[in-house]
Amino acid sequence: MPSRKSLVLGLVFCLAGAPLVYRVFAPAVDDKLARSAATTGDERSSTASGLPGTVSDSGPETQLLGIFTAIEANRLGDALSLTEALLRQHPNYRLAHLIKGDLLLARARPIDSFGAASDAPADKVADLRAEAIVRLKAYRERPEDNFVPRYLLQMQPDQRFAVVVDTQRSRLYLYENDVANGGRPRFVADYYVTQGKLGSDKYVEGDKKTPIGVYHVTANLPRQNLADLYGSGAFPINYPNEWDRQRGRGGSGIWLHGTPSDTFARPPKASDGCVVLTNQDLDAIAKNLQVGLTPVIISPSVEWLSLDDWAKERDELNASIDNWRQDWESRDTDRYLKHYSPRFKAGGQDFAAFAAQKRQVNAGKEWIKVKTDNLSVFRNPGAEEVVVVTFDQNYSSSNLTNRMKKRQYWQRENGKWKIIYEGSA
Amino acid sequence: MTITSLAQNRFQQLKTLRALTIGLAIGFAAPVFADNLPDVQRLIKQGQYPQAMDKVDAYLSSRPKDAQGRFLKGLIYTEMNKPTEAIAIFTRLSEDYPELPEPYNNLAVLYAQQRQYDKARTALEMAIRTHPSYAIAYENLGDVYAKLASQAYDKALQLDSANAATQNKLALIRDLITTSGKANVKPAATVVTAPAAIAVPAPVAAAPVKPAVAPTASVVTTTPGAAAQPTPAPAPVPVPPKLVEAKPTPEPTPAPTAKVNAASDDVLKAVNAWANAWERKDMKAYLGAYAADFKTPKGMPRKEWEAERTKRIAGKGGKISVQVDGPEVTMNGDSATVKFRQHYKAPGLSSSASKTMLLVRSGNRWLIKEETAR
Repeated sequence: MPSRKSLVLGLVFCLAGAPLVYRVFAPAVDDKLARSAATTGDERSSTASGLPGTVSDSGPETQLLGIFTAIEANRLGDALSLTEALLRQHPNYRLAHLIKGDLLLARARPIDSFGAASDAPADKVADLRAEAIVRLKAYRERPEDNFVPRYLLQMQPDQRFAVVVDTQRSRLYLYENDVANGGRPRFVADYYVTQGKLGSDKYVEGDKKTPIGVYHVTANLPRQNLADLYGSGAFPINYPNEWDRQRGRGGSGIWLHGTPSDTFARPPKASDGCVVLTNQDLDAIAKNLQVGLTPVIISPSVEWLSLDDWAKERDELNASIDNWRQDWESRDTDRYLKHYSPRFKAGGQDFAAFAAQKRQVNAGKEWIKVKTDNLSVFRNPGAEEVVVVTFDQNYSSSNLTNRMKKRQYWQRENGKWKIIYEGSA
Repeated sequence: MTITSLAQNRFQQLKTLRALTIGLAIGFAAPVFADNLPDVQRLIKQGQYPQAMDKVDAYLSSRPKDAQGRFLKGLIYTEMNKPTEAIAIFTRLSEDYPELPEPYNNLAVLYAQQRQYDKARTALEMAIRTHPSYAIAYENLGDVYAKLASQAYDKALQLDSANAATQNKLALIRDLITTSGKANVKPAATVVTAPAAIAVPAPVAAAPVKPAVAPTASVVTTTPGAAAQPTPAPAPVPVPPKLVEAKPTPEPTPAPTAKVNAASDDVLKAVNAWANAWERKDMKAYLGAYAADFKTPKGMPRKEWEAERTKRIAGKGGKISVQVDGPEVTMNGDSATVKFRQHYKAPGLSSSASKTMLLVRSGNRWLIKEETAR
């Protein structure tokens, strides 16, 4: 019969793979376990550096951590009472039921795996295990203060909050637009989320993936209009956006929504592409979401910048945008066109057609004034360096004035930011 | 024997009582047994519960507080399948004599029969708190933990094991009193030695203790540590002496299970669960008792066979009784042959037949692969 300690170890390792455990128990475990622990240790050192300073303690992560800490310390009775307390709070929490089952079964016989129920369906156990791992990871890997997601370069003043989703971490971060501090993103809270069954980077209808990109909330669908599947509410987002469509991406109906009534949480990968929160978490963020305004940026793996680097990147982009504006006002069409990529494409025009049209229009102007108000700049997640720029354009000239909400996609080419798409938003 | 089946099979199981009734009153009082009590015990043994009840009531009328008498009364209620009354008696007994583990243990057994495993757990933890080396309570607690674990797993994984015959080892014992004769409970042992000795023959004869006790023992070893947190039981990892007469074969059936081992025990459980499911008309559990490759009669398609069985069983009005009489198990690795007399009773029909079943091991379950009747 395996020793009690190895039993506990097995549980903790299967579950948490936590570096802490590695340090404490490594000498006692076999090679395989030690290797897996070492791997997690490495991952930690390479990724933890850039995460945001604060992680909210609102979800069950604190309690899960308490439970696994108790298990590590072989305080199984404490672990069980903590688990039971968690279940009183969330009676439908399947992960907690599984841990409870393990802790009880461990009293009846030695167990050597997470989810030790006989005949346990492997896929369901794997789902719960995955949830435990991402929740604990999100909690344990507390990064340094003063780091912000790279994507939130500039929010427009009336955007009070921004949502950033990290699909690999199954995490949603809520940031506030700290207008008093020059529009610096201020961390508010973070939440566990579910993504598509087959992961992220949606490409076509029905691929069961969550899209990657810069979106915003387009509607607020109240619970009473929804099927139980969507839980306490839903907030559709504007996938596919202009950039997605230009790149041939399809599908629709990507929402942020809640959880059906028969479970507290869904596995990390379970939706058809939507981003799913627990009902309590959806309720918590719902009051901060503004229809038509709140950005929802979904990344496979959020990049974090120190506030210094963030400010530098933002200044650089703001400067590029303002140069574009000034060069437009200069009526020197060559200077103006230098801001556009040769790969520019919009409204059926390629760069050549666009350039020809601009030369013709500008030739007839005696003066041009361009104002950009309510500017927002969000970096598009992914390897390509693309930012999404949105503003109210107030254009006046000797023979035409016009106001519009404009959206541009800028891409860095050979070190310079160039416009590759523009159109009304 | 499963918890579910426990209710139905109680009469067999509780035969054990005989062995234990004696015991009583380890620590307390009653230096002299009133003449009535052995009579009560004898009547219980003979299954004459109303008479036993009359006697014990007469006994208690002059000594309403007497623990032994009340304990026996609780046993009689248990035998008479009146769990509410039995629970009331054992509850009050445990309040009046909190130092006695037996009433707690019996409460736990009754609660477990009603599937109130949380209450059963609390009661057993109390029993262990009063007697940290109370082996039977440990064994029971292990079973209750396993059952609670299974309920938690059901919720975690949306399983439906409640119906299926997956309740393995949940053989909650029906041992109602550990006697001091078992060296387990210390106080005043001497007083009771004699009756205990009387009791011993029965279990000894009938109980070639199944090797299952070995695993059980390991269960118990793990328990104290765990129990140590909720209860301040000192828990010095008592390796329980193998005194739990695990399967005191009821004598009416000519002890076929003479050579019982853990596996054949599981096979028997599977057969009993099958019979129970039939009696309950629980088609899910009944059909679930058959292996996927079960040889249907005349090779008829499985679906058709299931439909026919469902019509015959679930579609039948009135009560069905299915008794497995004198089962003989022959083990052969992962398969087992069971021969028994099947007594079937339903409105308008009763029959007895010799039945042979071939069961195969599937995970931790035994499933019926062939079934023939003569």
